[in-house]
Amino acid sequence: MHPFDYVAATSIAEVNSILAQHGNRARPLVGGTDLLVQLRGGRFDLDAVVDIKGVPEANVLELNGALKMGSAVPLAVMYEDQAVRDAYPGLIDCAELIGGIQIQSRASMAANLCNSTPSGDTICPMIVHSAQVNITGANGDRTVAVEDFCTGPGRNVLEDGEWVLDIVFPAPASGFGAAYERFIPRNEMDIAVAGAASSVTLDGSGKITDALVALASVGPTPVFVTAITDLLVGKEPTEENFVAAGKIAYDAVSPISDMRGTIEQRRHLSGVLTRRTLTKATERAKAG
Amino acid sequence: MVATQEYKVIGTRPIRHDGLDKVTGRAIYGADVKLPDMLYGFVLRSPHAHARIRSIDTSAAEAMPGVVAVMTANDMPEAADELVDLGEGAINFSHASDHIMAMSKAKFKGHPVAAVAATSTNVAREAVAAIKVDWEVLKSAVTVDEALAPDAPVILDGWVGDDLGEKSTKPNVGSHFRHEFGDIEKGFADSTTIIEHRYDLAMVHQGYIEPHNGTAIWDQEDRVRLWTSTQGAFTVRTQLAGILQLDESRIKVTPTEIGGGFGGKIPIYVEPLAAILSKKSGGKPVRILMDRPEVFEATGPTPGGWVSVRLGVKDRKIIAGDADIRFDAGGFPGSPVGAAAMCVFSCYDIENTRIDGWDIIVNKPKTAAYRAPGSTHVAYAIECIIDEICEELDLDPIQFRLDNASKEGTRRGDGPIFPRIGNIETLEAARDSAHWNAPLDKNPGNGNVRGRGIANGYWFNVGLKSSVNLSVNTDGTVMLIEGSTDIGGTRASIAMQAAEVLGIRAEDIIPTVVDTDSVGYTDVTGGSRTTYATGFAAYKAAQNLIDELTARAATIWDIPEDEVVFEDGKFSSKSDPELSMTFKEIAGKLNETGGPVSSTGAVDLENAGGGFAVHICDLEIDPETGKTDVIRYTAVQDVGKAIHPSYVEGQMQGGAVQGIGWALNEEYFMSDDGQMVNSSYLDYRMPTSLDLPEIETVIVEVPNPIHPFGVRGVGEPPIVPPVAAIANAINDALGIRLREAPMNPGRILEALKEKNG
Amino acid sequence: MVDKVHVKTTINGQEYEFLVEPYMSLLETLRDVLNLTGTKEGCNDGNCGACTVEMNGRIVDSCCVLGAEVNGGTINTIEGMATAEGLHPLQQAFLEEAALQCGICTPGFLISAKSLLEREPDADEHRIRYWLAGNLCRCTGYDKIIKAVQKTQATA
Repeated sequence: MHPFDYVAATSIAEVNSILAQHGNRARPLVGGTDLLVQLRGGRFDLDAVVDIKGVPEANVLELNGALKMGSAVPLAVMYEDQAVRDAYPGLIDCAELIGGIQIQSRASMAANLCNSTPSGDTICPMIVHSAQVNITGANGDRTVAVEDFCTGPGRNVLEDGEWVLDIVFPAPASGFGAAYERFIPRNEMDIAVAGAASSVTLDGSGKITDALVALASVGPTPVFVTAITDLLVGKEPTEENFVAAGKIAYDAVSPISDMRGTIEQRRHLSGVLTRRTLTKATERAKAG
Repeated sequence: MVATQEYKVIGTRPIRHDGLDKVTGRAIYGADVKLPDMLYGFVLRSPHAHARIRSIDTSAAEAMPGVVAVMTANDMPEAADELVDLGEGAINFSHASDHIMAMSKAKFKGHPVAAVAATSTNVAREAVAAIKVDWEVLKSAVTVDEALAPDAPVILDGWVGDDLGEKSTKPNVGSHFRHEFGDIEKGFADSTTIIEHRYDLAMVHQGYIEPHNGTAIWDQEDRVRLWTSTQGAFTVRTQLAGILQLDESRIKVTPTEIGGGFGGKIPIYVEPLAAILSKKSGGKPVRILMDRPEVFEATGPTPGGWVSVRLGVKDRKIIAGDADIRFDAGGFPGSPVGAAAMCVFSCYDIENTRIDGWDIIVNKPKTAAYRAPGSTHVAYAIECIIDEICEELDLDPIQFRLDNASKEGTRRGDGPIFPRIGNIETLEAARDSAHWNAPLDKNPGNGNVRGRGIANGYWFNVGLKSSVNLSVNTDGTVMLIEGSTDIGGTRASIAMQAAEVLGIRAEDIIPTVVDTDSVGYTDVTGGSRTTYATGFAAYKAAQNLIDELTARAATIWDIPEDEVVFEDGKFSSKSDPELSMTFKEIAGKLNETGGPVSSTGAVDLENAGGGFAVHICDLEIDPETGKTDVIRYTAVQDVGKAIHPSYVEGQMQGGAVQGIGWALNEEYFMSDDGQMVNSSYLDYRMPTSLDLPEIETVIVEVPNPIHPFGVRGVGEPPIVPPVAAIANAINDALGIRLREAPMNPGRILEALKEKNG
Repeated sequence: MVDKVHVKTTINGQEYEFLVEPYMSLLETLRDVLNLTGTKEGCNDGNCGACTVEMNGRIVDSCCVLGAEVNGGTINTIEGMATAEGLHPLQQAFLEEAALQCGICTPGFLISAKSLLEREPDADEHRIRYWLAGNLCRCTGYDKIIKAVQKTQATA
């Protein structure tokens, strides 16, 4: 492994300064569960890692209608917060199934997003919650919708010197529900063969006013299937409609065959998981 | 069935002697060895499955600060081209040397080509990355069928295998042998039902959590000291002597605690490299630790391949059996196909049998033993076909197995006649078990379906050589010195057998596993032999100790030796009831009455007494995703006599779970160019605690008549039935026969699609 | 070359002060710098849990943490689990229930199980299996490990 320096930053300015100094030879460190493994495996070399866990703004977990989640907040801290659990069960779904407890103690949603693998379990749930990513850096701040963040396997919109400070989740509208489910052959410690996140919003009469579906591990980036939104808005949340949504998902994805699954298996699972998560999201929407 | 003899120690559950060190982190495993002035080694490995080495340039590595020594195959002593017996398997040192470091050609991805010793692991890794190899990439063959194809590449230059006594005309045939009894053609001609299928299995790894390691000193007097976690220190010494071309007496191997082996820590890998790097460093100690990808890509898995079985049945009796077993050996010959042939028909009494075994060289890591090596493969085929016969003829699967069960006097498929075995008792215990008699709700109402499967399995077990030394302490305790490394509680099970003889508590025996200088030759902890054979040696040593103490008692009491008896832990005079001493009392008198007393026991056991395991498995399957969960599992096994029942149960449970992983998800997933692409725990997918239910155990005890306490080997039989039991449960749930392992969700979905259109 | 980092931390209740390469993992730091070899390496990529330690009150895979990160923090390892008064009840239960065979995964399991029982003393079997899923064991099939945790709960 190429030797690198470690900097425990305590302010946004300090992080910006280190990243600006090293360009693409420095990265922020949160959980280390991806970054350190990639460095050790020789995927890329760095001259410095900047630990952002000491930056107060990156540790914010603020539920005030909307949810603001700092990029260093570990999954476990998030899912142990009862108010967050109650308000965002669709986020808890993914947070509790990543890795084991050891990984959940360290990994954050934002870092999972920045790793930008198509299988990232938190990304699709964030998309269907319409989350916004606040990016900062020496050259200023900008905000990007989660669905626009990933640009390819392991690639994203971050420029050299930029990093994610926090992610903001809008307050769930009344009649909103969301769910995430992934398929793995085991029950833990696995990478999704395919995953689906769905959210639905129901009006007072029980009709769908909004429905968002995003799929993991079935394309070069998380796949946000807007055609399902077009299909479902204005309709009843019936099994039949959700089966139809699953068929759209089947056609919308562009998976590959690899050691974790085949193209056909992943297409099929995309359909099944779309239907299942829409059903679960609807149950939550009705209950919530 | 329970052994009738009453014991005081055997059959109890004392806390194992090494337990405290292992729950406090004090136990020293191979990677924990740290010596003064130690260097850290790392190995450069072939990135190609099959490639010729045109040249190696190590100059950049040698020039790096912190690098002390660099080696290639040119630094390996020239080893003899001869076959040497290692107890469990044999070794050709010329092949072994070429395996340790590739001379001219890499035969699998991960094959070592150079190594570095440096002042830190990171410097060694960086230096290895700086070594330049000019490769000529060759066509590779990674499956049995590819390696036997007419256009297959020649993998092992100059090799000519034996094909039924003739020189093989195919370059990658390691060997082809046949066992034939009765009249196979007539057997099938007389059969009214004949079922034949081919079952394929992927290569899988033992998966022990501790990576391989070795720390060596090769000093200026040509003495080599090695610390390593191994299943057999003496076997390591033999291998090292052959590869380094040194007399065994110049080598001292100290076995550390070992973090799992399952057969995979019998061969050596980094140990000779550490020694040679030490020599090149002027005798500094060199430690090499493998990382996890190296373990997967370059240490012995168990073979993939296929098993084709044809069975003929008439009047509910199997009267003909034909098996063709083809295993991929890896880059050098030596798969466990011979053992597979010994097991394939062993659960049944079949008059007419023919077994063909093929050992095939492929561009994959050289295979090693893995828990009942070869038997799981053949059980997958035959136990599924038995299930198909029962389905077709509407027979009860346990009754049909009982009607055809092998027993004392049955001829095994490779020739030997079975002694007293517990096949029938094990099947009966399964038939009578709570699990088999519990109803299974096949449609639990959540959209999933359930199924139940059963399978039998056999492993012959081995005996071999063991040595034990005992010495008496004046406080009445006994030191027990042994050469069997303790992978799962054998210090306890061996000590308990000595304690039973000596009439003292298990806790009063203090067992120590020592280096090769300090005890007589002892074969590997493998073949389910340790509690059996080293326990036997401990029994003999304890008997000898009693003889010595009997003589001492006679001296103390000044009576003839034959006047002294030892019963119920007491020495006493036959004629004078006043003369009586407990073991502890006589121990306290030894120093004043002639000095210390010690004894030895050594055995070389030709036979062992085979073991049978019958497993029952309930699955719940999501037919929409193929997701399969084991919801109930019972392992039934004849263990002869359970010395320490907790550790016997542990072996049964652990073996079952390894088999469950093998059945459902584990595999070497190979890329088109012959590379294992899932060489991490993440993607190799071994079972976690959340993937399993309780593993119920039923211990059957049909005493082994050739062991003083009736012990049979325990460790291996439980990995034999699971793959077949799960296949049969999948069929029960879904009506599909999966004939390729792993039977993962993708394969289940494909089979369902084919069935339902 | 990069300079070593100065670290002050509390491990098993003891203050430690040392220098470490900034790229060295906590696992390597514990084992190679501090000689605390009770914490084991199984995979070095966060998938086996053999290197589990408690860091600032949560269990982590020490292979995925840098040694430099623990400056000012609190670490508990297997070496700190038993005290002068005796074994931790989990250690005792692992011995009594034969919850270990080779023992290489045992320190990690003990640290994880201790953390669970401190947080959720009444965890049911499914919860125990979920909590321990980040720790691989290849010898036992987990059965006796789960039973040892349950026995510890029952005798608490």
